[in-house]
Amino acid sequence: MLRLRTLIALLIVALVGLAPLAATAADGDEEVFQAALKGITASSFEEQLAAIDTLAGLGDPRAVTLLRALGGGMLQVRKSDGALVVAERDGRDYILSDPFTGEAMGTVSRRDVDKITVNNALRGAITAALSRLALFDPDVAKRREAVAAALKYPSPEMATALNKALEAEEDADLRRGMERALAAARISSPDKAERLAAIETFAGSSDPDIRSLLMPLQDEATESDPEVRTAAAEAIKRIDNRLALFRLVGNLYQGISLGSVLLLAAIGLAITFGVMGVINMAHGEMIMLGAYTTFVVQEVFVAALPPAYLNYYLIVALPVAFLVTALVGAALERGVIRFLYGRPLETLLATWGVSLILQQVVRSIFGATNRRVANPDWMTGGFELVGGIVLTYNRLIIIVFAFAVLIALAALLRYSFFGLQMRAVTQSRGMASAMGIVTGRIDAMTFALGSGIAGAAGVALSQIGNVSPNLGQTYIVDSFLVVVFGGVGSLWGTLVGAMSLGIVNKFLEPYSGAMLGKVLVLVFIILFIQKRPRGLFALRGRAAEM
Amino acid sequence: MGPITRRIGTLQGPRGWAVFFALIAIALLVPLLNLMVPAGSLFYVPDYVVPLLGKYLCFALLALSLDLVWGFAGVLSLGHGAFFALGGYAMGMHLMREIGDRGVYGNPLLPDFMVFLDWDHLPWYWYGFDQFWFASLMVFLVPGVLAFVFGWFAFRSRITGVYLSIISQAMTYALMLAFFRNEMGFGGNNGLTDFKDVLGFDLSTPGTRAGLYVLTVLALGLAFLICRFVVKSKLGRVATAIRDAESRVRFLGYRTDRFKLFLWTLSAMLAGMAGALYVPQVGIINPGEFSPANSIEVAVWVAVGGRGTLFGAIIGAFTVNGAKSFFTGWAPEYWLYFLGALFIIVTLFLPGGLVQLASRVRDGFTGGRNRGLRAARRSARATEGETSHAT
Repeated sequence: MLRLRTLIALLIVALVGLAPLAATAADGDEEVFQAALKGITASSFEEQLAAIDTLAGLGDPRAVTLLRALGGGMLQVRKSDGALVVAERDGRDYILSDPFTGEAMGTVSRRDVDKITVNNALRGAITAALSRLALFDPDVAKRREAVAAALKYPSPEMATALNKALEAEEDADLRRGMERALAAARISSPDKAERLAAIETFAGSSDPDIRSLLMPLQDEATESDPEVRTAAAEAIKRIDNRLALFRLVGNLYQGISLGSVLLLAAIGLAITFGVMGVINMAHGEMIMLGAYTTFVVQEVFVAALPPAYLNYYLIVALPVAFLVTALVGAALERGVIRFLYGRPLETLLATWGVSLILQQVVRSIFGATNRRVANPDWMTGGFELVGGIVLTYNRLIIIVFAFAVLIALAALLRYSFFGLQMRAVTQSRGMASAMGIVTGRIDAMTFALGSGIAGAAGVALSQIGNVSPNLGQTYIVDSFLVVVFGGVGSLWGTLVGAMSLGIVNKFLEPYSGAMLGKVLVLVFIILFIQKRPRGLFALRGRAAEM
Repeated sequence: MGPITRRIGTLQGPRGWAVFFALIAIALLVPLLNLMVPAGSLFYVPDYVVPLLGKYLCFALLALSLDLVWGFAGVLSLGHGAFFALGGYAMGMHLMREIGDRGVYGNPLLPDFMVFLDWDHLPWYWYGFDQFWFASLMVFLVPGVLAFVFGWFAFRSRITGVYLSIISQAMTYALMLAFFRNEMGFGGNNGLTDFKDVLGFDLSTPGTRAGLYVLTVLALGLAFLICRFVVKSKLGRVATAIRDAESRVRFLGYRTDRFKLFLWTLSAMLAGMAGALYVPQVGIINPGEFSPANSIEVAVWVAVGGRGTLFGAIIGAFTVNGAKSFFTGWAPEYWLYFLGALFIIVTLFLPGGLVQLASRVRDGFTGGRNRGLRAARRSARATEGETSHAT
């Protein structure tokens, strides 16, 4: 009889004491769970700790409410049947409820329940357990939070929970995070082989958080093993290299984005200035008119069509803006510029006058304040490429748009009959005229084309900046420099000019600030033009005039 | 009489000299009428008029300097506002130093904005500006050196026409961006202001303002004579030839870049002087003066008056700025329409500006006396056309 009772007692002790081991077994979880519940009520502090650890390791969502109640000091034992209850004090009595379901279980007197005392050490264990349990939360956002926290504060205990959570997790993103967190937990493992293996998995990472996790491993004060130290240092170096590469890619992308804006602004100039030799200081205002046309089209859509169509207003705005600015451009050419051919300085001044008038017209109609042009849904948002480099859709679409415009224009010049006539007039006006080309009409159409492209650029630029009467002024100096830098009359040069200016600008910015970066670029161009007065891709002309 | 004085005598005909001195006398009458005549009198000139006219005179000086390079060497600078502003900043720095410990923060050495930015010492480039002679020297030296370096590179590389216009515009644009930065140590966005006095004279008193005005009149008169002297000299004639047909002049063996560089640097120094006289009369200088739009506006003053005539630039500066004051008081929203229309009308219909209009009216549209000028213009147009076809 005595032997039998000793056996049973031993068995219970073994069961409770071996609970963490049992937790790794897939089946029999429920038994372990129940046993752990018993352990919570045990009088020994060590047993309680072990039980909490077991509950956390099981990843059973029922444990969450239970542990919360325990942490809050509200978990009590009903004396009548030894059941665990949540007891809320109501005067002299307690209102009981089920710790798992929250169901009411009646009111009892103070004497009918026993409080489970919780000390600080236990409370700490409960918090840790809860954070581990969050890995199993049905809410994805909560799980993500928990994974991030696990990555930041790794511990060997966390590893068990992470292993368990990995089995159930379906979200690929979260799985990746958990694997990393698992490795992070293994970093703090006392076993050298574990640490080395963890470092190995991290070497391919590009996360600054992981880099800071590895930092203590290469430090002699915190890591005793030299082999681990060298491995950690190696891994950090590789992470640094990768981060530098990502920064480079990020800068490059930003530079290309700025370059595409410059390209859009300058591409129309490449026609009016590059092909026709007309300095059109009102070019910026054509961009501004395009942006305001976008605004008007948007307002029309808001006023006249159901909201569902608003997403497509840009598709309408693009041709409308092209037409509006092309007409203004044609009027400008016929009304002013054609009287000034061969007098570039006078053209410059007259078109400047036109730009002032256009600005004031827009200011009188739309007011001097900024107008808001909304991004359609398909242009908002973006996606993360790698290592925190976010590509926003509006920038991406503008890059694509800029290239599309350039290619379309090049094709028009190269393959269409109009393009042929245009090139003929630029190369030899007299000869073209003698061959029957109506040069005046070609002039007007060329100028309208350049202006229309500026208007289309305005549609794009309205998506990333303010629409104000001064919009054009912000682009005019830059776009002239792009054309001059790239080489007048060469579309290819305009592309290279815009891209290199954009990229150089973005690479200078981190070192010198945005303003000084711009100043440096301007100084560079001024010096560059001294060296190659006709730009990067100069058309060959008479040497005497160079 | 020495050869130089004899040549000064022949700068203009007796009628020219008479008009010159008459205009100077009329200009000098303004402060007299302001200070001597009682306030109620018919001939009294109100206080605000003196600095206003003083401002116009500074603009006229700026326009004159641009006409020297544009009208006589064919170099259209769209960055002359930069030289003007640099001269203004040099003078402004002296005025800032002269405030001494009377600033808001009472720091005897540092201007208020530096105290505000927590700077503990004066940047090296502010040294010496407490001396008036040094500041006056810098007024000429800073724009002069910048113009020399810029021009030396530009003209040597044979950058002409609109290319030069664009890079001079980029120059002033870059300077504007740079001066907007607080770290540059020129007061950033707000620029330099709150001046107290100059050489011990209180800037807010009518007497000091009259003094500055007189100084500006004399400076403009002197600058006009200097420009006249230069364009009448052999050098000036070569420059005019460069304007009309640069390649031909170069083929004849002239170093055209040097002629242009001389005029360019001289012009920048005159523009700097204009800025230095402008700042104490207006009481502020900020980076906005560097804006490309300002520099282009100067070109329209010259164009309106008539380029290549020197006195046309002065007339143009007064006309356009007078109109600006009128419009901004009467109907500010129409000012840009007017200015824009002016740009277009003058370039389309009045390439010779008001001076040409006056002579046309005087000649009853027969065009007898200006045949030479017009012929020169035609040939200029022809060569410019040649250039543009080649590109």
